[in-house]
Amino acid sequence: MTRPELLRVEGITKAYPGVVANSDVSFSIGEGEIHALLGENGAGKSTMVKMIYGLVRPDSGVMTLRGAGYAPSKPAEARRLGVAMVFQHFSLFEALNVAENVALGMESPPPMRELAARIRAVSEEYGLPLDPSRMVGDLSAGERQRVEIIRCLLQDPKLLIMDEPTSVLTPQEVEILFKTLRQLAREGTAILYISHKLEEIKGLCDEATILRRGKVVATCTPRERTAREMAELMVGQALKTPERRLAAKGEVALGVSDLSVESPIPFGTALKGISFTVAKGEVLGIAGVAGNGQDELLLALSGELKAAPDKVRVLSQPVGDLGPVERRRAGLVAAPEDRYGHAAAPDMSLVENAFLTAGVRKGLTKNGFVDWSGTRAFAEEIIAAYDVRTPGPDVAARALSGGNLQKFLMGRELMQGASVIVINQPTWGVDAAAAAQIRQSILDRAGEGAALVVISQDLDELLEVADSFAVLNEGRLTRPRPTEGLTMDEIGLMMGGAHGMEVAHHAG
Amino acid sequence: MLRLEKRPTPSRFWLYATPPVAVILTMVAGGILFATMGKNPFEVIRTIFWDPLFGPFAFYLRGQLLVKAGPLILIAIGLALGFRAGIWNIGAEGQYIMGAIFGASVGLAVFPTESRWIFPVMILAGAFGGWLWAMIPAILKTKFNTNEILVSLMLVYVAQTILAKAATGFLKNPEGMGFPGSRNFSGYPAAQNAYLYEPLGLHWGGVAALVTAVLAYVLLTRHQAGFQIRLAGQAPRAARFHGVNPVRLVVLCMGISGALAGLAGLFEVAGPAGQITIDFNTGYGFTAIIVAFLGRLNPLGIVLAGFLMALTYVGGEMAATSLGLPTAAIQVFQGMLLFFLLAVDVLTNYRFRLAVGAH
Repeated sequence: MTRPELLRVEGITKAYPGVVANSDVSFSIGEGEIHALLGENGAGKSTMVKMIYGLVRPDSGVMTLRGAGYAPSKPAEARRLGVAMVFQHFSLFEALNVAENVALGMESPPPMRELAARIRAVSEEYGLPLDPSRMVGDLSAGERQRVEIIRCLLQDPKLLIMDEPTSVLTPQEVEILFKTLRQLAREGTAILYISHKLEEIKGLCDEATILRRGKVVATCTPRERTAREMAELMVGQALKTPERRLAAKGEVALGVSDLSVESPIPFGTALKGISFTVAKGEVLGIAGVAGNGQDELLLALSGELKAAPDKVRVLSQPVGDLGPVERRRAGLVAAPEDRYGHAAAPDMSLVENAFLTAGVRKGLTKNGFVDWSGTRAFAEEIIAAYDVRTPGPDVAARALSGGNLQKFLMGRELMQGASVIVINQPTWGVDAAAAAQIRQSILDRAGEGAALVVISQDLDELLEVADSFAVLNEGRLTRPRPTEGLTMDEIGLMMGGAHGMEVAHHAG
Repeated sequence: MLRLEKRPTPSRFWLYATPPVAVILTMVAGGILFATMGKNPFEVIRTIFWDPLFGPFAFYLRGQLLVKAGPLILIAIGLALGFRAGIWNIGAEGQYIMGAIFGASVGLAVFPTESRWIFPVMILAGAFGGWLWAMIPAILKTKFNTNEILVSLMLVYVAQTILAKAATGFLKNPEGMGFPGSRNFSGYPAAQNAYLYEPLGLHWGGVAALVTAVLAYVLLTRHQAGFQIRLAGQAPRAARFHGVNPVRLVVLCMGISGALAGLAGLFEVAGPAGQITIDFNTGYGFTAIIVAFLGRLNPLGIVLAGFLMALTYVGGEMAATSLGLPTAAIQVFQGMLLFFLLAVDVLTNYRFRLAVGAH
């Protein structure tokens, strides 16, 4: 089936100081086509779509939209020409309602009442239930995404760009989204779909352009390829599946019972009656859509949030009222999700960042004085063991790429010989090869008898490493179940199904 | 068009080049200012920067350098520890006054007793007075989340009022024939902060400043508390993750800076100033903020910056008396130094880049 060409990209090159983000990239999208832009983190997908959306200008190359030259100098111009984009990170005001947020993105918004009616109409038409009068701060991540999508649809776009849209959705919500996208495509809207999730792309997209290190390495029809083939095109090498060393489950190493804490984050999620245990040698995977209490759970386990002493036990020692230093001493280490500013100090060197958490367990202080040469040795050990690409241990953490810094930070926690290790998003933003390596070390630590809690939004990752599986939903944790034998449908239901579906019945 | 671009790692070159470049730019801009006032800019610059060191009165003025630099360094080091941690004590001037009043009160209370313990106890009282004054913004911040910049700054004016009250009331010299001002410590050897070596202007305050600089340097680079101070300033959430208690850190940093400012006040009142007067404070607490930044918030840098700032003080006074320059012009000149320093400082973390010609 041939479609009239909508967008053609030819020979686009864009360089940043020290890195070529895109080099001679060409592809084309037909009207009504769902086109995947596939690649690992750092492959140049985001830069490419930013150029199409007018946020960044290419150094060379040309784009045409319906045969006419297309060089948007700002997003407003791109929108006027019919190009809309839903970003991975939403730009919504939590203290305003849905209609007000939509109005803020418009050049000349209609009266509020009329706008609300249009939002209702569009949400009905495309099966994206959304109440225009609700406060955005109260919406789930999936619902917030719907606000962004509807904001785009109100402009009646010819090309809709979606940047990793499913990372914040439950499996059921993904289905709803895909239904909407297919409907849009049938009506002639082209969709440029950015992702690194191959199964999704197989199910949704008509064509795919695969990027690696800024260059197009292949174009293919996803339905005709296996996920593994596409993954190897994306990574450029054969992939190794982590292997699990089976260890006999030992005694309980981490016990959390009826833990409830308020969130210190504005519009955060309070934890409500969390209970679970993790035995030595066990990996507990905690899934859930972002913003359901993951950050708060990490803070409550690391010791940044305190509770009553017996709410958290490490090797049967009550630690609930202890801070991070004492918990590390008791054998619990934690790795927060946010690398820049929470897990690491961006402006400090890797040596100083190694001391940040390893000082206690590696014995790097003497009478309050820091043993910098010992700390440097430990930092070098991490760099070697985790293949961290850096000129040396003295560079600032912010100078490392996200993936490299993540490898360093994972190594920092995993190499302290702790009995309990809690990790939030272990492979977020890390390329596939490094992700496989990090997962392997998680399994290795479990094999050595550590108890691990892995919080992640990547279900495939959890199914790969976890022995038992639980879901955080609105601050509550489901009862952990053995991972073996779980189906995607069951997981979806544990995740609370599709959020906000009841609104559909009230609307109109 | 020029564009600022963040450097991947801070430039070491600009970290050290910034202060000298700022000094040169200040001389140029200050020279233009002096020229528009009808003075010969070269003569003024020479009077400020050269004469105190090598001019005809250098034998006396060189000693004045340490006398002025001592309190500046002592206060600036305390401030720098707080600034490094993101705690902004702007009210060192008030803590300096309170240190002087507390210390002087102890000495005057026991007048005319002679004991070798009087001066050490006065030192403790001076540090305590400054510490106490700094605890007000610290506790208000930790308990009620008030802004320490505003509270510490406003407390300077409270301290000045207390100072006026002391000079005309409770510390007034009973043999002063009605003039405001306390007894002069130069007439009370047991409580006097006398010169240890007069040609260099060295008294106990200078000793304390130099010792504090070394201790603070060791604290920041080698000690865990110094690491926590730097971490809290650069990445507050990472500091909490590391295990820093933010309340304790505020109390610690405000306390240290307050106590050091109080010490500076005590050494001044018992030494060069000699007595509590209405206009006892001369702005060391505010100028120390410039010194702290000029010294890159680094204790050893602050020592150099303190001497440089003292030079502009001593040379500025010379220029005021011998060339008839208004003191306000000298203050503008000193303020320019901070201005240029902060402006040039941008280059440590950013670089200029010509924006690529857009089409």
